[in-house]
Amino acid sequence: MSNKTILRYTANQRTNHWLVAILFFMAGLSGLALFHPSMFWLTHLFGGGPWTRILHPFMGVLMFVLFLGLVLRFWRANFFIDNDWKWMRRIDRVLVNDEESVPPVGKYNAGQKLLFWTLLLCMLGLLFTGLVIWRAYFSAYFGITVIRWAMLLHALAGFVLILSIIIHIYAGLWIKGSVDAMLHGWVSRAWAKKHHALWYREITRDEPHPDVPERPITKKG
Amino acid sequence: MASQDIIARSATTTVPPSVRNQQEVAKLIDTTKCIGCKACQVACSEWNELRDEVGHNHGTYDNPQDLSAETWTLMRFTEHETDAGNLEWLIRKDGCMHCAEPGCLAACPSPGAIIKHANGIVDFDQDHCIGCGYCITGCPFNIPRISQKDHKAYKCTLCSDRVEVGLEPACVKTCPTGAIVFGSKEDMKEHAAERIVDLKSRGFDNAGLYDPEGVGGTHVMYVLHHADTPKIYAGLPDAPTISPLVGLWKGISKPLGLLAMGAAVLAGFFHYVRIGPNRTEEDDHPAPPDTSVHVVDPAVHTFDPRGEDRP
Repeated sequence: MSNKTILRYTANQRTNHWLVAILFFMAGLSGLALFHPSMFWLTHLFGGGPWTRILHPFMGVLMFVLFLGLVLRFWRANFFIDNDWKWMRRIDRVLVNDEESVPPVGKYNAGQKLLFWTLLLCMLGLLFTGLVIWRAYFSAYFGITVIRWAMLLHALAGFVLILSIIIHIYAGLWIKGSVDAMLHGWVSRAWAKKHHALWYREITRDEPHPDVPERPITKKG
Repeated sequence: MASQDIIARSATTTVPPSVRNQQEVAKLIDTTKCIGCKACQVACSEWNELRDEVGHNHGTYDNPQDLSAETWTLMRFTEHETDAGNLEWLIRKDGCMHCAEPGCLAACPSPGAIIKHANGIVDFDQDHCIGCGYCITGCPFNIPRISQKDHKAYKCTLCSDRVEVGLEPACVKTCPTGAIVFGSKEDMKEHAAERIVDLKSRGFDNAGLYDPEGVGGTHVMYVLHHADTPKIYAGLPDAPTISPLVGLWKGISKPLGLLAMGAAVLAGFFHYVRIGPNRTEEDDHPAPPDTSVHVVDPAVHTFDPRGEDRP
């Protein structure tokens, strides 16, 4: 019997996450192709330059719509609490796997929450600036100065987004159990206690004997 | 005549062939000689086999209303009232200025879609164009247009195909008043200087040459009666430069951005190597319940008066 008895992500949440992830890679790689000449070879992944130009905005819009699904699912769990600020001040301890003096956090730690809001901001920025510079349909409605600003901010938002996702992916690989949580949904009690103690406390509050699991916990926290 | 060696190429970070020293060419448009006959527009359309759609009259002589993928040059008419109360009819042949530092070329993301020849001609290669419209964003003169038919960018080529074989551009050949002349850039500047002396002697004190420094000079130049106020010639920019926004967007920020992304990946890798993964010690493996031992919780006192459950 597996010791992973807590359902951290439902099948729908996992599906939504990975759809966004796939679209992030498609929109991201096609965006990088136009980001700098050294990346132009990436257009070959999408059928050449014109196809990259045609597909990129559609992939971006689809990514945004699916990302909204994640926002609706997770926004409530991403409000900052007092412990998050304390957690941030202990980030140096977190980074060296020394969690003795790190305060307990809820379903998400401060880094994850920061990522959530950064991604939302980047996605909104990419959407609006992206529409302005979508030459085939929308650019005609905007003046040249607006378009130039949009170009610059689109590249900036894309840069911040990619950088954030690099950190996101690494954090998943570093904290063992996280990728499994998003792939299969389940985490162990020890994992939940170690990384998200307040969340663990919350989902096990109603249990008569929290240390003797009888059936899997699928309650959403 | 200068050859067509390519000395600058869009989205290319290495130095293009630049050993041979070739003569720069220029087209000089003398607005003071122009009569607005539009023969240049017709010649352009003829030579380049462009047939724009017949549009509508919008109450001005401008026809068509704007440059398009099928209209690479356009006479723009301005009725200008001088301080003395005289009406001046300013006519400017609009089209690509063939900048020495082209904003379109700086902005283009597709390698080789925009090239600059050694003789100064800036040319679009539609075969490499991906239709993103970045050239429009980069251009300080609002010249390139994306075709709705093929989603490629088009503009005046300075008849690079004619110049290559020693002919002058079609508009130059056809101009009935000699308002458009073509030759080496040096010769054209000299010719312009003579024209300016003549204009000044006839009362146009501000006559001058339009060869804006902000874009490194251009290979299409104007003689203007009012060179102090280019704006009055249907919005000819007073001091065109590549916008600082475009400079930032296409400048050092991109390689720095890529560097930061690479650094983030490396930082992650070495964090893993030096600090290592964060594993959870699974100390609470749920042991299979041992039915042979009766677990007694000292905190729980049960009262069983009849002792029926006792073993």
